[in-house]
Amino acid sequence: MRHGDGQTTYGLQIQPRVGFFTDTSVCIGCKACEVACKEWNLVPEDGLVWSGNSYDNTGELSANTWRHVAFIEQQVDDGFRWLMSSDVCKHCTHAGCLDVCPTGAITRTEFGTVVIQDDVCNGCGYCVTACPFGVISKREIGGDGGMHKCTLCYDRLEDGLEPACAKACPTKSIQFGPLDELLERAHGRLEDLRESGVDDARLYGADENDGVGGMGSVFLLLDEPEVYGLPPDPVDPTRNLGAIWAAAAAAAVVLAAGVAFAFAGETDG
Amino acid sequence: MGLTGLVGRWPLLRQFSEGDALGLGRAVRSKQTEQLRPRTADADRVVKSVCPYCAVGCGQLVYVKDGAVSQIEGDPASPISRGRLCPKGSATKSLVTNPGRELRVKYRRPYGNAWEELSLDEAMEMIAERVIETRRATWQDEDADGNKLNRTMGIASLGGATLDNEENYLIKKLCIGLGIVQVENQARI
Amino acid sequence: MGSNMAENHPVGFQWVMEARLRGAKVMHVDPRFTRTSAMSDKYVPIRAGTDIAFLGGIVRYIIENERWFDEYVKRYTNAPVIVDERFRDTEDLDGLFSGFDEDKRIYDTSTWHYAGMPEQETAGERSKGGTKGEQSGHGAQSGGLTHGEPPEEDETLQHERCVFQILKRHFSRYTPELVAEICGCTPEQFLEVAETMCDNSGRERTGSVVYSVGWTQHSVGVQYIRTAAIIQLLLGNIGRPGGGIMALRGHASIQGSTDMATLYNILPGYLPMPHGEEVSSLQEYLESHGSSTGRWAKFPTFSISQLRAFYGANATRENDFCFDLLPRINGDHSTYQSALDMLEGNVKGFFLFGENPAVGSANSKLQRLALASLEWLVVRDFVEIESASFWYDAPEIETGELKPDEVATEIFFLPAATHVEKDGSFTNTQRLLQWHWKAVEPPEDCRSDLGFTYHLGRKIRAKLKDSTDPIDRGILALDWAYATSGEHEEPSAAEVLREINGVGSEGKALSKYEELADDGSTSCGCWIYCGAFKEEQNQPARKTPHWEQGAVPSEWGWAWPANERILYNRASADPEGNPWSERKKYVWWDAEKKQWTGLDFPDFTPDKPPDYRPPDDAAGDEAIAGDHPFVLQNDGRGWLFASVGLMDGPLPTHYEPHESPFDNLLYGQRSNPCRQLHAHDHNRYNPAKDDAYPFVVTTYRLTEHHTAGGMSRTLAYLSELQPEFFIEVSPELAEERQLEHGAWATVITARTAIEARVMVTERMVPIVVQGRRLHQVGVPYHWGRKGLTTGDSGNDLTSIALDPNVHIQEVKAATCDVRPGRRPRGPKLLELVASYPGYEEESGDAPR
Repeated sequence: MRHGDGQTTYGLQIQPRVGFFTDTSVCIGCKACEVACKEWNLVPEDGLVWSGNSYDNTGELSANTWRHVAFIEQQVDDGFRWLMSSDVCKHCTHAGCLDVCPTGAITRTEFGTVVIQDDVCNGCGYCVTACPFGVISKREIGGDGGMHKCTLCYDRLEDGLEPACAKACPTKSIQFGPLDELLERAHGRLEDLRESGVDDARLYGADENDGVGGMGSVFLLLDEPEVYGLPPDPVDPTRNLGAIWAAAAAAAVVLAAGVAFAFAGETDG
Repeated sequence: MGLTGLVGRWPLLRQFSEGDALGLGRAVRSKQTEQLRPRTADADRVVKSVCPYCAVGCGQLVYVKDGAVSQIEGDPASPISRGRLCPKGSATKSLVTNPGRELRVKYRRPYGNAWEELSLDEAMEMIAERVIETRRATWQDEDADGNKLNRTMGIASLGGATLDNEENYLIKKLCIGLGIVQVENQARI
Repeated sequence: MGSNMAENHPVGFQWVMEARLRGAKVMHVDPRFTRTSAMSDKYVPIRAGTDIAFLGGIVRYIIENERWFDEYVKRYTNAPVIVDERFRDTEDLDGLFSGFDEDKRIYDTSTWHYAGMPEQETAGERSKGGTKGEQSGHGAQSGGLTHGEPPEEDETLQHERCVFQILKRHFSRYTPELVAEICGCTPEQFLEVAETMCDNSGRERTGSVVYSVGWTQHSVGVQYIRTAAIIQLLLGNIGRPGGGIMALRGHASIQGSTDMATLYNILPGYLPMPHGEEVSSLQEYLESHGSSTGRWAKFPTFSISQLRAFYGANATRENDFCFDLLPRINGDHSTYQSALDMLEGNVKGFFLFGENPAVGSANSKLQRLALASLEWLVVRDFVEIESASFWYDAPEIETGELKPDEVATEIFFLPAATHVEKDGSFTNTQRLLQWHWKAVEPPEDCRSDLGFTYHLGRKIRAKLKDSTDPIDRGILALDWAYATSGEHEEPSAAEVLREINGVGSEGKALSKYEELADDGSTSCGCWIYCGAFKEEQNQPARKTPHWEQGAVPSEWGWAWPANERILYNRASADPEGNPWSERKKYVWWDAEKKQWTGLDFPDFTPDKPPDYRPPDDAAGDEAIAGDHPFVLQNDGRGWLFASVGLMDGPLPTHYEPHESPFDNLLYGQRSNPCRQLHAHDHNRYNPAKDDAYPFVVTTYRLTEHHTAGGMSRTLAYLSELQPEFFIEVSPELAEERQLEHGAWATVITARTAIEARVMVTERMVPIVVQGRRLHQVGVPYHWGRKGLTTGDSGNDLTSIALDPNVHIQEVKAATCDVRPGRRPRGPKLLELVASYPGYEEESGDAPR
């Protein structure tokens, strides 16, 4: 069982680590994931701007876009192809955003997912630069000024429901489940595709030795990650900073009173 | 919350007391997070429905809280859709609750330059009168050869493909009664 | 083909993807490389409007290579039937069939009959008066067949006038090379599709064809589908699991609205509207539309029960069940004719129920001008659609063609309840009725269309209750007593469904249409829905989860007729009644129990043995042999050759679109000779083969929007996904016309000019047709002036040129010009359009 940093702190409450397997070879680019996500999570509209970039008018992941379907029009050896792929937060094993968050707003859940807690986040933005995927940003328009990203529908998980995007996905390009099972499925699917001659098929995020310790969102791609706008070799910028961070934590004790005071603002309402 | 409680919620203390020394998991959970539940969990009722967009007929579940729709998502029990929805189907709650939806009757008088308010009942009365007048003014008993026509060509109707079967039936039945033959819908278009 | 299933029916497409994962081959033949093409094993680009050539090539391939399913073809289709010796094919008459009247541009179909039939006037000839497309849509067009077996047959398929040989000759010139030249694909691409289809048909395998409005929206659209039917009959792919021809319809209840007949030429259940010149009495009506054989022999029971549902106790045997009160048709009263009549001031009042012709109908400019010519208009919708706002924001305001204070139209906008605010049933594209329940009350003035219609009828009846005017007899005689409940006095949808289902003499809901009587003792609003309220249970409301059911989920909703999920499923067994193969078993004859059984309800008389042969004097269902699965046809066979029922030929023929840059390579006859034209000042046509219009234009939808936009352009989450009107062009066309990706372009037809952003994409491929490189321009048509995302309307470009059978507009293939930059503003727009050629008279300018 692979855990994400901090997941084991849940002790007996720990749950199997869950995630997404996004099989882009069956993605039909319908964007149901984008809409289902927004409807469930009440994510605001992200601007009515026509990009001209194939059918992608979403552009990138952000505070107001937690699922983003990329469209890639390509000339390849045996003709033309149109790749589609739904991107999402990777819920990294070693999550830079989580490591750098100074307020404790970002937390690893008992499911191994990485979640920003709205009621704690003060919008400082440290997490933005710590994410090698550019997943996080601040909700400026009509929002709380806080940072937002995919929660893997944490609230739904609490009731045993699957995330809204995975549930809606018409072709099950987006699959949800225990990460171990998803990884097994992903490898199986890769094998099938390779056997049928799709030599360029590859997994992304399935390697626990990669720069983020493996991802909670695993992808099956049909081309290089860069083609989909994914970094080929993502690195958690804090991964060598463990010792430094521990020292910082100790230093934080000095600031204890101040932080405690900040928490006093939180009432039962 | 008393001081003990406050201090007890202090993340740094929790980092150590809850075995989360780095403060990455359990220790930094906020109260909101602790209380997190899907909003569908406290729905007053869940109503089975069917997607109103295309003709695939995907099953939908409509969650209702305090007399309002709180969520619409796919019905896993449907053998057609197995709980899945396309982007339009996934936007169904917005279709029902979006702020651009018109909720009141609007009236534009002939040559008018603006919409006016009108009560629903008054509008219905006026429409009934228009139908009666137009029908009477344009009625055709028979054609030039004496064949029966028994109809009006002065009124037409278009629409129905987004409506229920029962509504279509009743529209057709009413039009039959009124002698309106120009009854059409999207199936032709 | 003719369908972009992945984009327009994404959730239905899950089954295609699943089949593909299990080894099925998916092929997409389409003018555009779409999200469906991207998911297919094979994509073949073709020129818009040439599908019959492609499909006809497959028919030829099957016959030339002896790939047809011999036993199926000989026993289940009309391939062996001998046709009248006077019949002449398009191959004999340069693109016309025998019986064409040059003046009226219609056919006398009598020479298309089976040989040895008595002379008889048929429904197909009703249009003596010069009107087109009044086919009732039902199958009771016997062509004089008095018992189930045609008079002359040749089971060896060798007779030169048998259907099979006629078919063979008819398509003999549709070679791979000719297909390639007409369609713009390569012979190899064509052959791969043909071979794959044949390889995946037979006892062990089946293949299916999916189409949508990419096939129907042509001036020869019905014949597109006929060609697919011929292929599927030859390959034995009808009535079998995994087979069929899937018509993917675009709206939640577009099937139901067709069944319920909010269409001018039919009554619910595909019974014909009485025609003023044809029938003066119930007796004549029943005789002229009934059939002595097959399921339609029960026509009188359907009709009289329906009259009882309409008029209740007022319908008695003595008054011919109020047949006299039915209004009559006597021509084309379809929506396009109505719009033209609005322009003339003849149609004065108009109801719109969730429909937006100002954006969604062909030639939407003409539609808007028609709306502006009305005396009154009722718009029922969720939002203020362009069909309600035209008087102040139509493009014609900008050009000066309309001025608000000159538009006389009185408009009532009535907000509608959504599907979650009312009970009712939708019928999906598989004929499946599914109930939805009211979840919340409709807000403020919003009401269901059921409530609106009921209360409007109630108010009108109340106002007329003392009238002695004969014209009011019809409305006063209606059975309009519906129980209401709640604050809004909402009628019960379930009660209406029960009326549609039908009630017997003892007041109980009927279980099946076989129970209907012709003596007035039963009532039934729509015979094909009889059984939907079986045993007083709302059958569409059954929602047994699929995991509690087998492969055929019979307990989810209710499919018409008789809850059958695959039509004509007797064909899934061989003539002796055994499954064609274990792999494809579905419905079969149980010799021990002497009945048909299987996974589905048999679409066949349950105890009719496979070896049953009708006696000479048999009538009705008894006239259909035990090995003839097509029970709605009067001979029980699938029709390769349609001797009656179609306006424009017993066999499909490739014709060029009405507006085409090319001649017909097959015939001197360019386009469908029967196509329905409405040349008009506001419906100018592009001259064919005119250099001013060198490109082909085709309209379509995107996943992210819904038809005319009223249910999508108003929603933020959908609008942001496709936030602007754009056209799609190839890099080659962009270069040729200096179109810049992301900048503006103006598209021009003889109707008008519109502007859109330019999407230059390699998904659009120039194709070589008849030695010339052709560009096609893609125009998604969702936009208009209202909503969160606005833009010009693609349908402003399209014309009213119609299929003669069904009056559907040809918007999938026309010609256009494209220029860089935005369109002119104000009156200059009119000047630009006027500078382009066009003709508005039905005269010699109209090409053959």
